[in-house]
Amino acid sequence: MKKSSKLIRELLLLLGALVFLSPVYIMVVNSFKNRQELYENVIALPSEFSLQYYLDAMDKMNFMTALGNSLFITITSVIFIVILSSMTAWMLARTDNVLSKIIFMTFIATMLIPFQTLMMPLIQFMDTLSGVLPVEMLNTRGGLIYMHVGFNAGMAVFLYHGFVRSTVPISLEEAATIDGCTKFGLFWRIVFPMLKPITVTVIILNVIQIWNDFLLPSLTLTDTSLRTIPLSTFYFFGEFTIQWNLAMAGLTLTVIPVVIFYIFAQKHIIKGIGEGAVK
Amino acid sequence: MTNRMTKGWFALFTIPLLLIFVTVVIIPFLMGIYYSFFDWDGIGANPMVFVGLDNYLQLFSDTRFMDSAWITVKFTILALITVNILGVTFALLVTSALKTVNAARAMLFMPNLIGGLILGYIWQFIFTDAFKIIGEATGFESVFFNWLLNPDYSLYALVFVFTWQMAGYMMIIYIAGIQGISNDVIEASMIDGASYWQRLRKIILPLLMPSFTICLFLTLSFAFKIYDVNLSLTGGGPVNSTELFALHIYNEIFGYGNYGFGQAKAVIFFVIVAAVTLTQVYITKKREVEM
Repeated sequence: MKKSSKLIRELLLLLGALVFLSPVYIMVVNSFKNRQELYENVIALPSEFSLQYYLDAMDKMNFMTALGNSLFITITSVIFIVILSSMTAWMLARTDNVLSKIIFMTFIATMLIPFQTLMMPLIQFMDTLSGVLPVEMLNTRGGLIYMHVGFNAGMAVFLYHGFVRSTVPISLEEAATIDGCTKFGLFWRIVFPMLKPITVTVIILNVIQIWNDFLLPSLTLTDTSLRTIPLSTFYFFGEFTIQWNLAMAGLTLTVIPVVIFYIFAQKHIIKGIGEGAVK
Repeated sequence: MTNRMTKGWFALFTIPLLLIFVTVVIIPFLMGIYYSFFDWDGIGANPMVFVGLDNYLQLFSDTRFMDSAWITVKFTILALITVNILGVTFALLVTSALKTVNAARAMLFMPNLIGGLILGYIWQFIFTDAFKIIGEATGFESVFFNWLLNPDYSLYALVFVFTWQMAGYMMIIYIAGIQGISNDVIEASMIDGASYWQRLRKIILPLLMPSFTICLFLTLSFAFKIYDVNLSLTGGGPVNSTELFALHIYNEIFGYGNYGFGQAKAVIFFVIVAAVTLTQVYITKKREVEM
């Protein structure tokens, strides 16, 4: 193949990918333009890069509060999912009886249930629980985290279970038991470190899912101060669709954390998505 | 170790998660089936009236529901075609021997990470204003007009945005499939003098069949359950012309306050999703055995 033709194909591929991402470009450039400039030419670069709309959008969306809420809810939920699902999955994989099989099959079978089938009774039941128990399940961060853990447990248990069965050598565990290790010590000191590759996958899949989730938080959180990023975007956008430049600045703000995450974890994300899908 | 101790450890490891799981998934699921036999407006003080299977029988004469079912099917079929054609094309492009493939791959996957709600808003701006302005500037007003105001085109707009979101995801799965094809086969065909098109048609695409099965069913299941993009891009409009299943159920329950009737729709929704997914598992397993 000639060198020049290869160079052209390299450039064409990049150009094609850039065209594919052009909506992101349109979003960013128009977040800097004033109204008149925006309507003159939506594609052109802005004449000046003023951060005025960003400051306005941050203020009106309560962006820092929403970012804090999203970070707290996502990180806490994922930590609980990793700890509880890995323990459960390992125990189920290493216990060979009917009960253990039934529990595992139930986790898998319920992955089929779409959220819309559960949402109304879930809210009713959480409301009832809040009346009976001394904890408030609705309209609290803790309650939302609890529900995120419940909804994402099935997938995580499934992934961990498969990994334990296929890659963790049982002889190592037996040796540790003979040496007098308790089950708890055995799991945390020996098994859990070996689960690292699948833990990364579980973290990636759940971070993406929980960070972007809109419907569940919209049903459970009513306080303005508790809103996550998708929620505050929803209310902000409803109010400011007339002011596109302000709206685009707000959307750009919400995309920034995702881009940062992508830059740092790109390799793991692509691997995790592939594994999560095929199984 | 004694039997009692083994049981104790089993309980300690599994009960915390089981408790959460049962209260969040299992109990609401059973309650949902129970609710679907009642007529109720969701207000605690108002009585729940037992109606048996009436809610389910009523579904078939509900034109809004039947319309929603039809556009969901139409949307899913269109999305299946566009997402997979684009996904496999991307995968073929980024598995070539070029140096820029990694950058291109990363860029093509990017839209999938942005949440559906935000994606829908970005495209709402593009369809409403950017398209109009581009149309006026270039004269191609037959293509560049506000798609979201036209009942036919607004469904296409939804397919368009969904494709933009999902093509990169399917690309990742197709890439794995292409990389799994043995080099020997490709080299043998090159020695025999096969052209790129012959190789693609006679070797690569047939060997990609397992990836096609996975991707078709994944797209099917994602498209059928679409909610966020639907809500933010069109909100179901204009005049309910893009109110797909998931949004329809939400509106029936929380918008119209038909808790019992809406829940019956939600149960039917579950049955359809489960049937599709189980068919997928069955076909994938059968194919694995044959290969």
